[in-house]
Parts: sequence; C-alpha cells; structure tokens
Amino acid sequence: MSAPLSRTVVRLAVRSVFGRRRGILLFALPLVLVGLAALVRVLVGQDSDAAQDTLNALGLAVIVPLVALLATTGVLAPEIDDGSISYLLAKPISRHTIVLSKLVVAAACVLVFAAIPMLAAGLVLLTDVPGLGLGFALGAVTGGVAYCALFALLSVQTRHAVVIGLLYLLIWEGLLGGLLDGVRWLSVTRWAGAIAQEVAGGITLVPDLSTSYAVLATAVVIVAGIWLTGQRLRGFNLTGDE
Amino acid sequence: MSTLRLDRVSRWFGNVVAVNDVSMTIGPGVTGLLGPNGAGKSTLIALMSGFLAPSTGTVDLDGEPLWRNEQVYRSVGLVPEREALFEYLTGRQFVVANAELHGLADPGAAAAASIALVEMSDAQDRTIATYSKGMRQRIKMASSLVHDPTVLLLDEPFNGMDPRQRIHLMELLRTMGAEGRTVLFSSHILEEVEQVARQIEVVVAGRHAASGDFGAIRRLMTDRPNRFVLRTDDDRSMASALLAHPSVRGARLRDEGGVEVEASDFGRFSEALPRLARDNRVRLLEVTPTDESLESVFAYLVSA
Repeated sequence: MSAPLSRTVVRLAVRSVFGRRRGILLFALPLVLVGLAALVRVLVGQDSDAAQDTLNALGLAVIVPLVALLATTGVLAPEIDDGSISYLLAKPISRHTIVLSKLVVAAACVLVFAAIPMLAAGLVLLTDVPGLGLGFALGAVTGGVAYCALFALLSVQTRHAVVIGLLYLLIWEGLLGGLLDGVRWLSVTRWAGAIAQEVAGGITLVPDLSTSYAVLATAVVIVAGIWLTGQRLRGFNLTGDE
Repeated sequence: MSTLRLDRVSRWFGNVVAVNDVSMTIGPGVTGLLGPNGAGKSTLIALMSGFLAPSTGTVDLDGEPLWRNEQVYRSVGLVPEREALFEYLTGRQFVVANAELHGLADPGAAAAASIALVEMSDAQDRTIATYSKGMRQRIKMASSLVHDPTVLLLDEPFNGMDPRQRIHLMELLRTMGAEGRTVLFSSHILEEVEQVARQIEVVVAGRHAASGDFGAIRRLMTDRPNRFVLRTDDDRSMASALLAHPSVRGARLRDEGGVEVEASDFGRFSEALPRLARDNRVRLLEVTPTDESLESVFAYLVSA
C-alpha cells in the first residue's frame, strides 16, 4: 500500500504547470479580478450590490473555473497527449496516488490564484465588510476544487479537455444556468455561490438552494471525480491508435 | 529469472485486428521482435508492459497478470518508442524522479549508476529539451533501468541512433541478456536483430509468423524460392539452359525482354548461373533479385 500522495509527482506537477507558457495565464486571471474590483470601487464607491455582482459574475463564474481548468489540464493533459505519462504509470504506485498528487497541485493553484484574489477583491470592493470577501473566498475554494476534479476526469477521457471544458462552462454553467432555474441543482458555480452566501451572510446569490445540498453535491463531485480519474488511469492505453 | 507468456492473445481496435491469436513465451536472454512497420510490434509491447488489455487471451509475467497490476513494474522496465519526455527537466532530474517513483532507498545513487551505464554522465545536467534523438533514447533507457528490472522491454530502441550509439546499445543489451534478464526489443531490420538477439520472434500483419534462433530464421529466408530477372544477349537459350538445371523451378520469357527465374535452391543456383551462361555462350548483362525487400521475405514466412 503506497502513501496517498507522492512528493515526486507533486514536484513534477508544479514544474509542469509553471514550465509552460500558459502558466502565465494563471498570474493574469487574478490580476484581472482585482483590477476590475479596484475599477468598480473607484467608479461606484463601496456599493454592496456592485460588490456582490462583481465577485459572483466575474469571480465565481469566470475566474475560478478558468483557474481550475488551466491548472488541472496543465498537470494532466500534456502528459497524456504526448504519452510521457507512461513514465509515471510504469511504476508500482497506486493510480489514485498519482491523481491525488496532481490534484493537490491544481487545488493549491485554485487557492493562490482564485481564492486569495477573491478575498483581496472583496476587501477592495467593500473594505468595511471583510466577511463578504471571506465568503466568496471559501466558495472559490470549494467550487474550484470541484472543478479540478471534474476537469481531471475530462482530461483522462478526451484529448480535447480544454475545449470541452470551456464549452461546458460557457453553455451549461453560463448560458443554460442563466436561463433555466433547475440547472442550479447540477451547477458547480451555483453550489459555490450557495456556500459563499451562507458564509458571507446577508446576501442572496442563489435562491432556493440549501447550503447542505451544495456542500454535499460539491463533496460528491470531488470524491467521484478523483476516484473515476484514478480508475481510468488504471486502464491507460499507451497505443490506442495503431 | 522472469518469463513473459502470451497465450492466444488477440487485440483489435474497432474493426482493425492489430494482434491476431499470438502465443509466445519470452524467457531470459535477448529476444528480438522482428516485423515490418505496422505489423503489431508496438501493440504486442504495450500488451506485454500492461499498457493495453488483450481483447481475448492472456498475458502474464511469471503467472501474474500485467493488465491493471501496477506491482509488476517492480520487475519490468519499459522504453517506449515515443520520444516525448519531461522536456523541462535535466537528464539527471528525470532519472532521479523515476528512481523516487520506484521507491528506491537511494534514488540519487541508483540514478547515477544507471546514467553511467548508458554513458550519459557528461550530459546529465542539461535539460532534456536540448538532447539529440540518440541521447533521448539513452536517457529513456537509464530511466527504465534505474530499478534494476528483471524484464526490459524496448520499442524500436535503435531508431535515430548513430552507428557508435547503436553498437554501444547492442553491447548493453547483450550484457543484460547474459546476466539472465529477460530482454525484448522490437525492430524492423533483420540485421539489427540478429546481431543482438539469441531468439527471434517474427510478426507480420498481427500474426506470429516464425520463431527460432537467427540461424533458423535465416534458413527460412534463404531456403525459400528466390526470384530473379536476368537480362542477357540470348534470353531463349539462357531460359532453356536454366530449366534443365535442378536448382531452377521455373523460367519464363518476359514480354518486355529478359528472363524471369524462380530458383528453389539459392546456393546452388548462384553457383550454377555463371557456368550455365558460359557453357551456352550467353552473355549475362544483369541479374536482379525481384523480391529481396523485407516485406516479400515476411510475406513468404507467413505463407510458409
């Protein structure tokens, strides 16, 4: 039985995220968030509605999933694409250890490049109400990690994980989520919103969605995503296309 | 000492059959997996290294299944054909990472020994992105040897190597085989295989076409009917003289000129041809083997 985490896989994953050009995007996204928050503050001052809208529509709905998508595909997709993941897989370590180690790195990215910037943006927008930023930061962590698990599963299922991930965000979470109320039951972003509103207190982002359901659904996605990704890696085909 | 066993293994991808009912046993020593491109060599190596499930049949290593059994990698080393590596690491960092993933007690020492074995010590601190094809091949080799495996599987290891590197790798494989390891490498070049391998397994179009030491494979190839086209100054006399000789199975005048000959015994035919020409006062202008390409040799092996 091997340990749940492998330091070597973690180390390689960190270099894989930042060793590529798209690692720069991870630094750009939080700058956009905090920059726009500063702009809103300058233009409308300390306004509760404007603050909520910015953190929800830009932060939870755009920045968090994008950071999760970039980080997760960064640690998995390139190695699967070029087959170099075989060097990790041809080792006597559990596939779930490999997945978990890679996702720890992706989750750390979510914390650094999404959750902490959300806290900062919250403080910039409403300096007098630190609870707002804190709530959104926590929502960013839970939603971001759930997105990581989801995109990890996508990365081992298809070679077009980034494109499909973006389409999913745009169509399901964005378009349909805005039009159809029922989508909230199956929307990571709305679960994150429900958790954020509970922690922040006094705001309503997602009506009619209980916090306990949101927490449970988020947990199920995280656990199931990690488990299924590991299972998929156990049966990895090196030459699928001869 | 380890033995890989394939028992009636087939593997298909959709409608395409890549490996067709193959049974073979790979024991200690060096085995060459010989076949033309697209014959299913890579598929077989993927099956033997646990990176592909057989559609039917079984693949095992000393009785242990390879598919979905990561523990087999304690004794298996794999050198894949694809060149993709962790470009942003140095050669040494890459081999050390492999040693760590194997859970070795002293990854640094194991990596250093393995890198020295493939003669990459001088370049070990350069990033892999700067490596040539041959250097990549050797660092891949070092990464797969770092845990001292009893089974070593190499997919087209000589591709892209210069002659000196080739000789060095052949020497290394011979040594590993002599140490009692089970070494299997694939190649589409017979000369390459027979210089290293004691045992040769030939695959053609997904089928196990022949098996034996290189002498047996050579005999299969040289004892087969050989076809030649002769250009002479008197085709008709040449053809009738050839037909009278026991080493010749058939001779035919071609419409466009020249004689097409099928010899049943290559050795005797090659001795007899110049003598027959001289005795019948025919000038031989050109002798061309028409089926010397590897594909035709394999085609013969399959039909045999």
